[in-house]
Amino acid sequence: MITLDIIVFTLIIFCAIGALTVKDLMAAAIVTSAYSFLICLLLAVMGAVDVAFTEATVGAGVSTVFFVATVFQTTRRTKD
Amino acid sequence: MDAVAYFVGKYNYWGCIFLFFLGMYAMISKTNLVKKIIGLFIFQTSIILFFISASFKHDATLPILMEESKGAIDPVMYLNPLPHVLMLTAIVVAVATLGVALTLTVKVYRIYGTLEEDEINRVIQSH
Repeated sequence: MITLDIIVFTLIIFCAIGALTVKDLMAAAIVTSAYSFLICLLLAVMGAVDVAFTEATVGAGVSTVFFVATVFQTTRRTKD
Repeated sequence: MDAVAYFVGKYNYWGCIFLFFLGMYAMISKTNLVKKIIGLFIFQTSIILFFISASFKHDATLPILMEESKGAIDPVMYLNPLPHVLMLTAIVVAVATLGVALTLTVKVYRIYGTLEEDEINRVIQSH
């Protein structure tokens, strides 16, 4: 039986692998943001709404700003 | 068939274990420092997902006092709110460690001019 959380979990695993394999650090930051949003969606499905909106503000919001600011301060290139 | 049903029924635990080891692999074997920090982020969120999915149960509602239950509360109807509160603290600690790690990454880039770990080691050993 395929339910909503199995689909979201599969997308989370694909986003995690994609964020670690992409060759551009800005793209890695954006895929990490999408990963964090999918985590937030899965937490809301599991009934933890307070953790879900803390994850949405802090995980998908502030940490994406940190990653993008770091990429702007340093470089976009990576070898792996 | 029974083993397959057991495996699929515990899919959230298998997914959390996979994300845990994916983050650990990235922290150990990636050479770029930002990729290492993304691995740390995946590591922390896998722990949070594990504890939240351990508190989930079917046919239960959010831990909020409903209007229909006038004072009489059945604890079987509600999700366990204690892991939610603990993981709320863990998310805030996670973003604090993320900020410190990225600040140190910017500082390392300003000193050594690169983000790759092997090049940093080469610059350190040539001095």
